[in-house]
Amino acid sequence: MRSEVRIAVTAPSYNGEITREGQELEVRNLSAFYAGKKALEDVNIKYERNMITAMIGPSGCGKSTLIRCLNRMHEVITGATVEGEVLLNGQNIYAKDADPVRIRRRIGMVFQKPNPFPTLSIYDNVIAGYKLNTGKAPRGTNFDEIVEKALRSTALWDEVKDKLRDSGGALSGGQQQRLCIARAVAIEPDILLLDEPCSALDPISTVKVEELMQELRSQYTLILVTHNMQQAARVSDKTAFFLADERRVGKLIEYGPTQQLFEQPEKQETADYISGRFG
Amino acid sequence: MAQLNRTNTMTTTAAVGALTRDQLALAEQSRLMRRKAANSLITGVLTVLTALSVSILFIIVFNVLQNGIGAISLDFFTQTHRPAGIAGGGIWQAIAGTLEMLLVAALVSVPVGVLIAVYLVEFAKGWLGTVTRFAVDLLLQMPSIVIGIFVWAVLVRSVTGYSGIAGAIALMIIMTPIVVRSVEEILRLVPDLLREAGYALGLPRWRVITKIVVPTVLPGIVTGIILSLARAAGESAPLLLTALGNDFFNANLSQPMAAIPLQIYVYAQAPSEDLNQKAWAATLVLIIVIAIFSATVRTVAGRTKYEV
Repeated sequence: MRSEVRIAVTAPSYNGEITREGQELEVRNLSAFYAGKKALEDVNIKYERNMITAMIGPSGCGKSTLIRCLNRMHEVITGATVEGEVLLNGQNIYAKDADPVRIRRRIGMVFQKPNPFPTLSIYDNVIAGYKLNTGKAPRGTNFDEIVEKALRSTALWDEVKDKLRDSGGALSGGQQQRLCIARAVAIEPDILLLDEPCSALDPISTVKVEELMQELRSQYTLILVTHNMQQAARVSDKTAFFLADERRVGKLIEYGPTQQLFEQPEKQETADYISGRFG
Repeated sequence: MAQLNRTNTMTTTAAVGALTRDQLALAEQSRLMRRKAANSLITGVLTVLTALSVSILFIIVFNVLQNGIGAISLDFFTQTHRPAGIAGGGIWQAIAGTLEMLLVAALVSVPVGVLIAVYLVEFAKGWLGTVTRFAVDLLLQMPSIVIGIFVWAVLVRSVTGYSGIAGAIALMIIMTPIVVRSVEEILRLVPDLLREAGYALGLPRWRVITKIVVPTVLPGIVTGIILSLARAAGESAPLLLTALGNDFFNANLSQPMAAIPLQIYVYAQAPSEDLNQKAWAATLVLIIVIAIFSATVRTVAGRTKYEV
């Protein structure tokens, strides 16, 4: 016997000023494969700018696969392939002449497990996107500015400003994850992908990262994969629900404003999942 | 829980019928004693066996020390060979020869070995990787005399003659697979998480390798290189057929060159007690050199951290 769980939608509608426009990302007829086996089928979804879109669903529903397709990280895995289109501001990132390396600079990613570079200091971790690449700060800026700005925007500045030369691995898990977000925003992407960013964090760190997502919405389009329905309800503007069918191929079941999806879902599967009947 | 136990005991009692609770407790205790006895027996056997195998090392070191220490002096390191019957002299030509051939061999094996290892871990997915890995395995297990004969047949006989360069090439062939294998294993320790972090920042693949993967395990890579040097420093069979050995100091790679293991071989067979003692002393030098290599490895490797 499992009692029905009702999830309160508390996502504040964003009233802050939009200081920097994120970009729009549209997925068209996308299917993803691992070694020829289909994992995700015919997904169509449009992520809107300066909004947080949450993707929820049980394990194996393809939500992590999809988020990795959005910045061409899926193909890093041996044997993994993609069909379909992903349009960043109208341009297909899977076009023949599209360069995955450039695309990843415009679509940043934060992973499930905090992964700062253990050999680099906190300072160097933040600017890793420049330092390990060309080695230079972009024209008209310098590393000190970039580090301070990125660490302030991730609310980490006050905690680490006196130990910028310490190893990034010496921070707590929550701080490491915010450092990874700082590292991702330091290269000023248009879109930020967050693949279960809080699943390895304690509740207090989770709250901090969630607050951070709200802050970042003024500058980026955020796409969030989460296992945690409450988190989706708390932070997102729109929610997409995924489910694997009997062939274990993931599909998009329902997509809509978060409040509507949680309170008046259109599909029976969505209603069953959010009320805790499975998954 | 207590209730559960009681129920269990009661069922057991019922099953065995005649046994009382006291008898059961007694049986339980004797089982425990037997288990403890078996445990101490196995621990004892393992301790004795470990002590035996380690003691062999101590016997060797003690023996070498006892026989060779008398010949060790500053001259032993700075002077070259003197014939039997003439006092003094040392193995400087052999020390210099070993170092020079090791250096030349390392100049090729280290970069080539590291590159092959990077290729195997980061790129080779198909049949070419399998073939390369198999070839490295084969070379690694090849008896070193076979490599000596090969270099002799291909180079010494027709091209170089007995020479330092032929010896260096033989050592090169021995060192490369060791470098490949140890670096390959250390590179596999780098979690994919770090590689993905690099890709997600828009780093091209070669920068992910040179700026993230290699620096993360650099101490481990150095360890692998030092281990391969230690192994090559002690090789005698392949040098016998290539560098040949030399009683005089020679830094010219195109001429026969001395090496510590070769000097030990020659001195040990010489009909002179003085030279026999020098063979022991040279052995001591070789053991110390290799011990220094190992100690370096331990300190360097101890510094490696994979906190991810």
